[in-house]
Amino acid sequence: MTTNDNHGLRLIVRYLVLILIALMFCFPLVFMIISSFKPDQQLLLDSGNIRAFLPVGDLSFDNYSEAFARAPIALFIFNSVFVTAITVTLSLLLCSTAGFAFTFMEWRGRKLALSIILATLIVPFQAIAIPLLLLASKLPWIGMDGLTWGWLNSYHVQIIPFIADGLTIYLFAQYFKDLPGELIEAARVEGASWWQIYRKVVMPLSGPVLATAAILKFLAMYNQYLWPLMVVQEEGYRPVMVGLQYFFQLNIAWGEVMAYLSLITVPVLAFYLYLQKAFIASIASTGVKG
Amino acid sequence: MASKFTVSHRAGWLMAGPAFGLMVMFILVPFFFAFALSFTNQRLISPNPTEFVGLSNYRQLLGVGMLTLEPVKDDAGIVQLKDGAPEYPALRSFTRKNPDYPHLDGMRELFSFNLSGDKITYVLARDVVFIKAVLNTFLFVLIVAPLQGGLALGLTLLINQKLRGINVFRTIYFMPVVVSIVVVSILWRIIYDGNNGLLNNILTGLSFGAFQPVNWLGETSTAMGAIIAMSVWQAVGFHMVIWLSGLQTISPTLYEAASIEGASKWQVFRYITWPGLKNTAVLVLIVITMQAFGLFDQINVMTKGGPLDSTQTIVFQAIERGYGKQDISGGSAISVLLFLLVLSVSLIQRYLTRSVEAK
Repeated sequence: MTTNDNHGLRLIVRYLVLILIALMFCFPLVFMIISSFKPDQQLLLDSGNIRAFLPVGDLSFDNYSEAFARAPIALFIFNSVFVTAITVTLSLLLCSTAGFAFTFMEWRGRKLALSIILATLIVPFQAIAIPLLLLASKLPWIGMDGLTWGWLNSYHVQIIPFIADGLTIYLFAQYFKDLPGELIEAARVEGASWWQIYRKVVMPLSGPVLATAAILKFLAMYNQYLWPLMVVQEEGYRPVMVGLQYFFQLNIAWGEVMAYLSLITVPVLAFYLYLQKAFIASIASTGVKG
Repeated sequence: MASKFTVSHRAGWLMAGPAFGLMVMFILVPFFFAFALSFTNQRLISPNPTEFVGLSNYRQLLGVGMLTLEPVKDDAGIVQLKDGAPEYPALRSFTRKNPDYPHLDGMRELFSFNLSGDKITYVLARDVVFIKAVLNTFLFVLIVAPLQGGLALGLTLLINQKLRGINVFRTIYFMPVVVSIVVVSILWRIIYDGNNGLLNNILTGLSFGAFQPVNWLGETSTAMGAIIAMSVWQAVGFHMVIWLSGLQTISPTLYEAASIEGASKWQVFRYITWPGLKNTAVLVLIVITMQAFGLFDQINVMTKGGPLDSTQTIVFQAIERGYGKQDISGGSAISVLLFLLVLSVSLIQRYLTRSVEAK
């Protein structure tokens, strides 16, 4: 045996290990998509063997049309996309301006405000969910019907509490710190207003951190479960994860469940595969400075 | 850079104020609400005014006691046997309005053990389900933190090789992270199915039929383990990426020097990679711990705390009481305890990892 053979063999083993692990990470998702095209009975029969991952047998879109007939899926998807889009947009705006003010400006109370924001990082959402529920059930709102009390069953109850968070502000502040400070100083000397500097100098340089913050917020919002479960009882405002309840009635039609899961998951997966570098970079950046 | 050009009180508040105000309103206020409400009997909707009840919510949640019983003896001091086993006085006679044992009133058995001779010792709790939830949550954290952190590090080292197409594998390993844990939980419910589930069939196949199918989520001995395995599967890619970013901060010249010196793979890991990852390790540990204490979604979708409370968790209890039973004060007290737990665990972790660095 030459060393060359040895090297080749070792390479094959390495790839085999990598592929085996890759199979472990994809099999439930492959199972989900393949099963969504199978009738219930075949799905359950196949779920115990290799056929679970193969597009074999009686394949059709029946599960999808039945799922659409069972629940207002388009409405749920619209609700999730709407809530997510608005929250991400407002979060990018408000958290970046806050990060800007914390990094570049001197103002009274800045240190205190910053330490309060950083302190919130160790408060898990689950630890404030219950009092937040009480608060949300009592807050006033001015809308189409004039002044109303209580935020339950609405879009804004799913949006407003999640616009500002410590991690996003921290990400912006960290990123801004590495920008050349002279640029900002020079613009100030030339008489530019803070808003102009934010718009014309800092934002054009902030593509990477905007992508990071947007992706993290998108994942958190689209996958929201606990909060909408508590605050949205009306069908009209339900997001996709809570809409799942429609498929877990007395007799679970697994084909329809799989169709629904595929409908709400595949777009996210496609989005991820398309932008995978940015997704991974965004998670990585939460850890860099730790 | 505190020059007259950077000082701007009004503009500073205008730009930071909205985000800060929202965080005060929706994080800070509820946080202090939780403390305040936990001393009351507040309900979500109630015709009665809210009353201050002091520490009684906490006393109810945390009340534990111990009781050691001797077997029933007759007048001559002979142990009475019943069906071949010693007979003990009924536990109920001590915990139900017994004037001699006021501190045990209303408690139920958590578990019992037999240390010396024929004495039996009961560990009692006023709120058995909550204490079980606390123990389960600790079990989950204690297993998930090292398991997930370690596996993620292993994957990182695997994915950090210079191989053609390695990015494809990185992309796949990370994939479950972008999928909702709710979706993942439903998929694994089918995989764990006791009758015709994929896992049972794989194990039966691998053992040539010797393996007896298990109802993974339906047995008290396996349910928590099944949820742990799935949780690690879903989130390990997240921490792989954090390790990976830590790995990239280590200077390549160190590795070059090591290879010139002829260091073995283990030596390189032990003396270059691992010391370079210390800060990342602390971060990974704290993040996993915080996430693990919040365990709820998987439980709600897969087991609802069952079977026999074997997968009850702190957050599941907080939500079940605060939302399900509309007992805001009870849920708030659990929330406060959760926060204190997370706080003290992260302080301990920080303290321990600091002393390691000082050595």
